[in-house]
Amino acid sequence: MSAQLLTYVFVGLSFALYIGIAIWSRSSTTQEFYVAGGHVHPLANGAATAADWMSAASYLSMAGIIAFEGADGARYLMGWTGGYVLLALCLAPYLRKFAKFTVPDFVGDRYYSQTARLVAVVCVIFISFTYVAGQMRGVGVVFSRFLEVDINTGVVIGMGIVFFYAVLGGMKGITYTQVAQFCVLIFAFLVPAIYISIALTNNPFPMLGLGSTMANEPVYLLDKLDGLTTELGMTAFTSGNKSTLDMLFITAALMAGTAGLPHVIVRFFTVPRVRDARISAGYALIFIALLYTTAPAVAAFARINIINAMDGLQYAEAPQWFGKWEDSGLIAWFDKNGDGEIQYRGGAAMSPATPAFAEGRGVSGERLLTNQPTANDNELYIDRDIIVLAHPEIAQLPNWVVALVAAGGLAAALSTAAGLLLVISTAISHDLMKKTFRPHITERQELRYARMAAAVAVAVAGLFGIYPPGFVAEVVAFAFGLAAASFFPVILLGIFSTRMNKEAAISGMLTGLVFTFGYIVYFKFIDPASNAAAHWWFGISPEGIGTLGMILNFLVAFVVMNLTPPPPQHIQDLVQDIRVPQARHALT
Amino acid sequence: MAQNNKKKDANHAYWHANLRLMAGLLTIWFVVSFGCGILWVDDLNQFHVYGFKLGFWFSQQGSIYTFVILIFVYAWRMNQIDKAHGVDEQE
Repeated sequence: MSAQLLTYVFVGLSFALYIGIAIWSRSSTTQEFYVAGGHVHPLANGAATAADWMSAASYLSMAGIIAFEGADGARYLMGWTGGYVLLALCLAPYLRKFAKFTVPDFVGDRYYSQTARLVAVVCVIFISFTYVAGQMRGVGVVFSRFLEVDINTGVVIGMGIVFFYAVLGGMKGITYTQVAQFCVLIFAFLVPAIYISIALTNNPFPMLGLGSTMANEPVYLLDKLDGLTTELGMTAFTSGNKSTLDMLFITAALMAGTAGLPHVIVRFFTVPRVRDARISAGYALIFIALLYTTAPAVAAFARINIINAMDGLQYAEAPQWFGKWEDSGLIAWFDKNGDGEIQYRGGAAMSPATPAFAEGRGVSGERLLTNQPTANDNELYIDRDIIVLAHPEIAQLPNWVVALVAAGGLAAALSTAAGLLLVISTAISHDLMKKTFRPHITERQELRYARMAAAVAVAVAGLFGIYPPGFVAEVVAFAFGLAAASFFPVILLGIFSTRMNKEAAISGMLTGLVFTFGYIVYFKFIDPASNAAAHWWFGISPEGIGTLGMILNFLVAFVVMNLTPPPPQHIQDLVQDIRVPQARHALT
Repeated sequence: MAQNNKKKDANHAYWHANLRLMAGLLTIWFVVSFGCGILWVDDLNQFHVYGFKLGFWFSQQGSIYTFVILIFVYAWRMNQIDKAHGVDEQE
């Protein structure tokens, strides 16, 4: 069967599976809709958390970023896993003991303030919507590249699927679909990696293959790759370009942001006991680590394969996939010296760096560009998303492996989108309606609001996918900065300080949020031309500024806390209570 | 009143055992990621283990393996501490 047909089969089968699970696990109470009744097995919750967490960015983009940035890519690898240590040790067990439904629930109750709750609701909705827009776009992109349907049709199909299981099933439906989606996405990511690892290094474990010798010569793969990249005038793969301080700040922002992201935190409300919350974070990280330790291997393998496949290639003799990805704009070639041969070197091939295609074809048949050539010898533009999407084809893997990639990408994007949509709908039905505006609604009414909010959120997310606001790609990475600068400090202090009061929490949250938001908006939208290390405060990029926002949040909270009265006694008792898994019983 | 104080002291002891464990594990967390993976990465890269430069390995894989181990050690030790202080969750 052709790869195209197999792709349809795999995607169809996986969708049928998700719908089947949704019908089997409908929610009938708010408890089930918000936290799956609170009795998800910690292992299942671990797999669901992993799928919830690993988005289109982890699955489609991360290996590509590492392939082209080499050592600098470590900020994502460490940042997006190290946050789980913070989550498991500092947040998850206590929030589980608190036993409510949402993050604004905790903020509102712990800080005995409707204002704090509302600030938290606004943060939750803002962070989740920016994040979900990227997922819906990812769904559309996978559909259009692999199934050759229109991007918008792809988004609508994705919306339909998510609508079905998020609106019907709530957290219960989402949890069990996410378990299935984790299995699909990890299988689809590992199989091509294993194939390529065996081909390049004879080692069936890609994470170890990265440190092995090449299959056809007695040289370590990474040394070989460092040699190839240096020879072509690129930064050596195992060296980085970013300053140490910026690396520290970005990594810290991603870690604290991971621990503060509402859709990850709520997953720990779904397990039965405090001890389950602790171990469940461990299971989640094992599942995540399977992909995250494989990604750098995939990245290095892809870099080698791409250099070998492309440098010195006659355009006229290029394989079919080259033309296909050139047609979709992910590859562009600028024949600077007119020899008809692709020259892959260091530096950007053209200015501006992303290709803008003109009508018509060049002498060798390549797509013409309106960009200006740069002074260096590099003639090739490669989009980083191509690493995961096209690598199986470049490495000439069997059709069924190529076909897996689409199903995996869709699983990654849909599972994350569903988790985010649930958080948005809960924030509206529970925190806004039940806890703020309409405290007297019955459980049935609240559940109806939850389903309505989920439906509206799916529709809005779909619109974002069809008409992507230009800022989405820019902002998604900053959801982490905002989460780090707003939620992480107030939740942490809410648990570890009995003295922490509402004045400190509100002023700290607002400081962190306004500062981080302002810095990002300034460098990304108001004056993008000055977005360079020379203009950054202390050389910290907008990507890493959340860490500074978080530090400011802590400082402001600390000062305000010591100038204002301590929280009431029942709040201090609440803090004491969530620190202990269960009231003391006689020692046995 | 005496009863209440006794309960307070006991909770205090439990909380401090928890904080000590956390402090130890978070120190390791900081050292492998921010230390070995970023601050000392160039110095460690002079050493080779298997086909990896050591600093590169810590930043791309080693820190992640360590994170997994840290969480499991925490979960396991906390269960012991819960039991020892009589606050473990009984069915």
